[in-house]
Amino acid sequence: MRRFPLFASLVALLCAAFFLVPLAATVNFSLRMRRGEISLDAYASVFRDDTFLSVLGFSALASLAAIALGALLVVPTAYWVRLRLPGLRPLTEFLSLMPLIIPPVVLVFGYVRIYGTASVLPLTMSEAGTNLLLVIGYTVLSLPYMYRAVDNGMAAIDIATLTEAAESLGASRLRTIATVIFPNVRSAIMSGAFLTFSISLGEFVITSLLNRPAFGPYLVQMGQDYAYQPAALAIMAFAFTWACMALMDFFATRKPGQGLLPFLRRKSP
Amino acid sequence: MSFLHLDGITKTFGATTVVKGFDFSVGQGEFISFLGPSGCGKTTVLRMIAGFETPSSGQITIAGQDVTALPANRRRIGMVFQAYALFPNMTARENVAFGLRIAGLPRREREARVEEMLALIRLGHLAERYPYQMSGGQQQRVALARALAPRPQLLLLDEPLSALDAKIRVGLREDIRAIQRALGITTVFVTHDQEEALSISDRVVVMHEGRADQIGTPAEIYNRPQTRFVAGFVGHLNTFEASWAGEAGVAFAGHHLPGPPALRGLAPGTPVTVALRPEALALQRRAPDDMPISGRVLDVSFLGSVIRARVEVQGRTVSFDMFNQAGAAMPPVGAQTELWFSGSDLLVLPE
Repeated sequence: MRRFPLFASLVALLCAAFFLVPLAATVNFSLRMRRGEISLDAYASVFRDDTFLSVLGFSALASLAAIALGALLVVPTAYWVRLRLPGLRPLTEFLSLMPLIIPPVVLVFGYVRIYGTASVLPLTMSEAGTNLLLVIGYTVLSLPYMYRAVDNGMAAIDIATLTEAAESLGASRLRTIATVIFPNVRSAIMSGAFLTFSISLGEFVITSLLNRPAFGPYLVQMGQDYAYQPAALAIMAFAFTWACMALMDFFATRKPGQGLLPFLRRKSP
Repeated sequence: MSFLHLDGITKTFGATTVVKGFDFSVGQGEFISFLGPSGCGKTTVLRMIAGFETPSSGQITIAGQDVTALPANRRRIGMVFQAYALFPNMTARENVAFGLRIAGLPRREREARVEEMLALIRLGHLAERYPYQMSGGQQQRVALARALAPRPQLLLLDEPLSALDAKIRVGLREDIRAIQRALGITTVFVTHDQEEALSISDRVVVMHEGRADQIGTPAEIYNRPQTRFVAGFVGHLNTFEASWAGEAGVAFAGHHLPGPPALRGLAPGTPVTVALRPEALALQRRAPDDMPISGRVLDVSFLGSVIRARVEVQGRTVSFDMFNQAGAAMPPVGAQTELWFSGSDLLVLPE
């Protein structure tokens, strides 16, 4: 008979507690807005606030834009580097990791200085320009995750041979990317997209310093002004991130032809 | 008139030259195999015909058109890869339709052609399957149909059978040849498997170190190898020391045999190497002018249709094959035996 792994279990329990206790405490606290009883008042209060919906909408839109920009930047780059310039791979990998090394505050100060009032391209002078800068900032922040996901996706299929097969059948490079490469790394792009989304949605530093009405600064503001609502917001943001992770896993393991909801389809013959 | 013509093709990657001055012509409807060990340049030549590599020098002509600088997607060539390379996101039907879609064929014609192709490879019932739902052999059939669907002027097969298991390999090999004959499409097939090359080709090109060592029909390649490499690479070969006896020919095993004209210039007494295929030897004299060599049986292995013995002759180990027929019996291990051969089966190998 095997001995019960006492020490390992203790360590696992300790680590789990480190993570779960504050979470449980926050959940508990978010339900205590009405004195003496459990209620969802804090959540209701958050949803009654018009600002909440508008900042969430703004952040979601900016995040989606960042996903689109990231995918358009990363997919052709990763494809081309794998196919024609394998010698450049160390460089692109290094560049894709830079956002993890450079703090966002440095990045955004750089943006403000370069694209500020005295710049040739004064993006910060207009609202649209600042929004563009925000999206670019989000794209850069999520670059490590997007690049890694897409590059791994490309490693899983033999893109060189698939490209040659498509070319011998008459396809142009662009058509090859659109009809063969893109659909086959779609699940990888989706995982990159969900990571981008969860990073961008609650991002504070860049958003705050560019003074955009987004979710991150709103969360911080709420934390300063209220007691119960921030806890409710934090729990909701947390649940949202987990939902993103679950979706990512779902898309990453999906096989072609399974459709959106494979469990609803009849089994293939 | 030659349909595919390669003229002085050379390919260098950095400091290494993988293909050296390769000249070759393929007739319309011919089935050609490039045979050679890995690294001999056969795949590189195929990839240059396909347009995936550009020759460092030389010219490639298909149907009278110089295609040396033409990109791969405009050469109208069908290609089948060792790793199948079916598009994972498409069903068998969509894979076959891909080239037709690119060519802009109207929907009705396209569907008819896809049906025709799927029927040709006898996989109509699996049309809606995705590659991951099919076996290797089925995937390779679909890949063949996909390559043939847009009616290419040339079919290129890059070791298409190497990833399959033995039984399927032989079946698909015969199918490929039958389809090629039926369509009359000019085909170039690359393989390192001599049995594959010899069994399905009109002509075989044996490649060695970037050059075509010998080009000929399978029988010519096997029976009359022109170089030592071809002799050793294609089939099993027993080699013996002999010497050139001037006007008398080649002196071997106490006999004088007529040698090839190429040796005429040699001084008498020069050592030459002669060779015999395992199946050229027999336990009995089969013709009045057969000659014997004698040796001691080392071991006997039973290979089904063939029984192979290893016999020590003059200090060398010689392989000897015999059909597994009624009444056929190998001498016991350790016994002395005579092996008979015909002078016309003796190969004199060039140095």
